[in-house]
Amino acid sequence: MLGFLAKRLLQLIPTVFFVSVLIFSLQKLLPGDPATTIAGEERNPEVIEQIRRQYHLDRSWPVQYAYWIDGVLHGDLGESIRIKEKVATLVAEKLPVTIQLALMAIVIAVTIGLTAGVVSAVMKDTAWDYAANIFALWGRSTPNFWLGIMLIFLFAVELNWLPASGYVRPTEDFWASIASTIMPAFVLGNAGAAVLMRHTRSAMLDALASDYVRTARAKGLLERAVVLKHAMRNALTPVITLGALELGELLSGAVLTEQIFSIPGLGKLIYDAVFNRDYAVVQGVVLVTATIYILLNLLADILYVLVNPRLRS
Amino acid sequence: MAQATYSDALTAAAGETVETPARRALRRLVRRKGAMVGLAVIVAFIALAVLSPWLGLYEPTATSWSAVRKAPSAAHWFGTDNLGRDIFSRVIYGARASLLAGVISVSIALAVGVPLGLVAGYLGGVVDALLSRMTDAMLACPFLILAIALAAFLGPSLGNAMIAIGITATPIIVRLTRGQVIAVKHEDYVEAARAVGNPRWRIVLVHILPNILPALLVQATLSIAAAIIAEASLSFLGLGQQPPAPSWGSMLNAAQAFLTNAPWMAVWPGLAIFLTVISFNLLGDGLRDALDPKER
Repeated sequence: MLGFLAKRLLQLIPTVFFVSVLIFSLQKLLPGDPATTIAGEERNPEVIEQIRRQYHLDRSWPVQYAYWIDGVLHGDLGESIRIKEKVATLVAEKLPVTIQLALMAIVIAVTIGLTAGVVSAVMKDTAWDYAANIFALWGRSTPNFWLGIMLIFLFAVELNWLPASGYVRPTEDFWASIASTIMPAFVLGNAGAAVLMRHTRSAMLDALASDYVRTARAKGLLERAVVLKHAMRNALTPVITLGALELGELLSGAVLTEQIFSIPGLGKLIYDAVFNRDYAVVQGVVLVTATIYILLNLLADILYVLVNPRLRS
Repeated sequence: MAQATYSDALTAAAGETVETPARRALRRLVRRKGAMVGLAVIVAFIALAVLSPWLGLYEPTATSWSAVRKAPSAAHWFGTDNLGRDIFSRVIYGARASLLAGVISVSIALAVGVPLGLVAGYLGGVVDALLSRMTDAMLACPFLILAIALAAFLGPSLGNAMIAIGITATPIIVRLTRGQVIAVKHEDYVEAARAVGNPRWRIVLVHILPNILPALLVQATLSIAAAIIAEASLSFLGLGQQPPAPSWGSMLNAAQAFLTNAPWMAVWPGLAIFLTVISFNLLGDGLRDALDPKER
């Protein structure tokens, strides 16, 4: 296990290096002189020159990268030109909100996805199976920002059951926090549920057709015990790792969802940064989400080895 | 008698036309109702998008202060928006931006990704290791976040959104192509082509590429669905098609503010995205099943 972990961590080094180069290179896409772009309305040549020196824009690319990555490794992601605050501070402030949303979404995705997947496999070729497959197709094809708008219309405008937007911290008022995040969490979890359902169904169908399930049935076990204890336990192994990866995907969906529901998380931060040409914040958020995604990938691999006895040795 | 039967069998075999793999796949695809419904909807959307200037629709950008936020009626089938523009007309014209974005961004991804994947898969070694790590790095950035960052740095426009989506979709194509090449490069027909002295480029382009096309076709179809959602997302965020030009994403953005008194503004563009994306997904799933050799 330690050997596997060491090998996996070594493999991460080049990936993380290329991710950092990719994110650093983003600012090179800016049309014209980056110093002038960062200066915004300011046209004073002295100020622009000072920005050029401050951001090392007068140096070569590799030197600029070295300065940038040195800062990143010391926790310095730059400064927001709009709010005049450290990007790392802003990210640290917004990240817990997005994590709360993503965790709620993954609970919804796992609950719906696993249940639908298991039911669909056990009742293959019945109306339940068709319904679950239609649900999966719907989940894959519905743009989550449209679903969000429709849910606001139904539950906030028409029924007046839930708030249309806004966010309450769980530490302030737990139930108000749930009410303010349940719709966005459902929107985020919907697509994840579809992916999990398809994988669970496929894994369950394989498990149900396997020799050990046939043996369990031949022993005279109840069908419920066969499905829950024998088939499901084995079928869920790959699904656990998929759940970890889905959590990473949710970070992507959070940009739109947080914007629609006015939730002050990482997604809203990058959206506002894009429109205020706050490029350091955009880079910072991409870097943080990519790092989280890479770590979740690693976690998924470790989980896969841990839950699979054949790989553990 | 036995002789006659053998002879009949030979005649029958000689007269029988051998079904090509493409024809067999097409036959299987036609049998899949979901894929056919998807294809019909896609063809209908393409026809509407191409023919829109000749359909006698309202001008999609023409505002009318006397027709602001009118509910669906005989005059305006889908109602009007906050500036009095006809929503039906904007949905039809919006199909152009969405379909164009879907096809062009996937074409960009294929144009860049397939050659890179072929090179990585066939050459292996250092080139493969380098390209694979770069692919991993791009795949490590969540799809939409990378597309948003690229579109933000390139500047907001439909063209830049297509480039951003195309670049973001490229690593999936590289990885798929590489995997497919590795799977077939030691097949007998490739070894035979190598043994008779074909140059590398010829082996890759003439012998390997045609054999991995089915997998690429399936991925391209499913990628168009993802690209259409991505374009709508970028336009929704103001990074794609710029107003007043119609696009489904930007129409949904405008609709948000009028949910209480004009909900139809949000229904139709969303339904259009949903229908197009589900159709590409149905067609992609159908193609995957039709092209799967195990399904024979």
